[in-house]
Amino acid sequence: MSTTSIKEYFPALNQKIRGKDFTYLDSAATTLKPRSVIEALTQYYTYDTANIHRGAHFLANKGTTAFEDTRDLVANFINAAHREEIIFTKGTTDSINLIAATFGERFINDGDEIILSTLEHHSNIIPWQLLSSRKKITIKYIPIDGNGDLILSEYRKLFTSKTKLVSITHVSNVLGTVNPIKELISFAHTQGVPILIDGAQSINHILIDVQELDCDFYAFSAHKMFGPNGVGVLYAKQTILEELPPYQGGGNMIDQVGEISSTYNKIPHKFEAGTPAIGEVIAFAEAIKFIKAIGQKQISKYDEDLLKYTITKLSPISGLKIIGNPAKRSGVVSFTLENVHSYDLGSILDMQGIAIRTGNHCAQQLMKCLNLTSIARASFTIYNTNSDIDRLADGIRKVKDFL
Amino acid sequence: MTTLQNRINDAISEFSTLENIEDRYRLLITYGKNLPPMEVSLKTDDNLIRGCQSQVWLHATISPSQDKIILAGDSDAAITKGIAALLIKIYSESSPSEILNTKTDFIDKIGIKEHLSQNRSNGLAAMLKQIIFFAYSKKL
Repeated sequence: MSTTSIKEYFPALNQKIRGKDFTYLDSAATTLKPRSVIEALTQYYTYDTANIHRGAHFLANKGTTAFEDTRDLVANFINAAHREEIIFTKGTTDSINLIAATFGERFINDGDEIILSTLEHHSNIIPWQLLSSRKKITIKYIPIDGNGDLILSEYRKLFTSKTKLVSITHVSNVLGTVNPIKELISFAHTQGVPILIDGAQSINHILIDVQELDCDFYAFSAHKMFGPNGVGVLYAKQTILEELPPYQGGGNMIDQVGEISSTYNKIPHKFEAGTPAIGEVIAFAEAIKFIKAIGQKQISKYDEDLLKYTITKLSPISGLKIIGNPAKRSGVVSFTLENVHSYDLGSILDMQGIAIRTGNHCAQQLMKCLNLTSIARASFTIYNTNSDIDRLADGIRKVKDFL
Repeated sequence: MTTLQNRINDAISEFSTLENIEDRYRLLITYGKNLPPMEVSLKTDDNLIRGCQSQVWLHATISPSQDKIILAGDSDAAITKGIAALLIKIYSESSPSEILNTKTDFIDKIGIKEHLSQNRSNGLAAMLKQIIFFAYSKKL
């Protein structure tokens, strides 16, 4: 598939915004959806509506099969050893909250410590702060250097006999820093500490092999990889999952229910209480098939080239400062424009039909560390082209004349 | 002395002649530039409305005769400041009951609704609420 033809798969790109051609550079917030995903959602809600894992009628069985087929696809997509290691959640945030609640309850006690990093999105900070309000635990942060890379020597120093978990992002949603997670994982394991990787920003750009990485948990969202909202994935090693208490109580997660106590269903269902986002999970399969059809390696290469082109095009703009210079960057470029507030920058680009993200990016700690309050971020994926970046660069130049 | 409704009508007619968003932004930015600077001593945390994108300061007082609300404000972003300036121009020097008895649907007619409905992201929706809340507190 050529990129020109890839654009054709995304109806949203074929519209005018404020009378202008639409340039979407906010895929790190959420990706647009290809037609096949939209059609699968429509099919489910138009004809195939049924609840799953119960009922013996035709559509209930059809839905159950399609839902469980998606689980197989996801397991294959990240090379999980067992399909039972794939838990469907509401999103990355929900996946991390699940681990904070269950692993936190079983394995983290008063006086224990966990390690996060300065690069984390709020969704990988607040669940742990909530845990620390229930149990007296200490949260430590791996610092970053001036380029926006984690300082690995400091990381190693943070471990003590009290360290119970490391939870860290694969790719920074602000700087695009690709963390050397393989090294982070293997060092944590030499200390006997399990590690969770927040894959929200990596899943759409980097080929993930959880067995090769040997991470204990990997969390990501469907909506950041061309799939529907309301679906997330938590990968967890089977051996650990078997040890965890349930997350939420409700239908589907139980085996035998008594008046006082009940027994729970097997994994992964034990962690999937209630009716899930059935149509969305089924449509998520189409997003995975779409990525597979293009090829993940091709996507990675394409994204890398586009990133390089973006930096080349934006760097010469007078007063523009690209934030961070990590050793390896993926998917996003954040920047400031001298004497221009990012809200104005975003609004004036929007006026020209160009969508970017502005603000603190749900990473207030990192912003504090960078001594910034508000920045602009352009992020892209396979449906973007060099001409989108050209439009962005022209649009930014126009902002300066405008104010 | 123009009434609040007159000032609203003036703003609607001024903005309705502008055909595109670009011209509306230009006018708003000019409004912001013409806003009298807010005294630094008034830029307190109490007067700050924090948004995740931009922030707005709003200071409201009641005139010595107790019949007019006097507003001062500022913002760190130019467009937000322009909208703050417009709201101040419209609402300042109005009586509390005038403010409470006047609908806010002019915002849609001026074409800035999206900036005021973005929840807490730029602080403007909270600014409008604060003005109305202040009017309410002075009417009691």
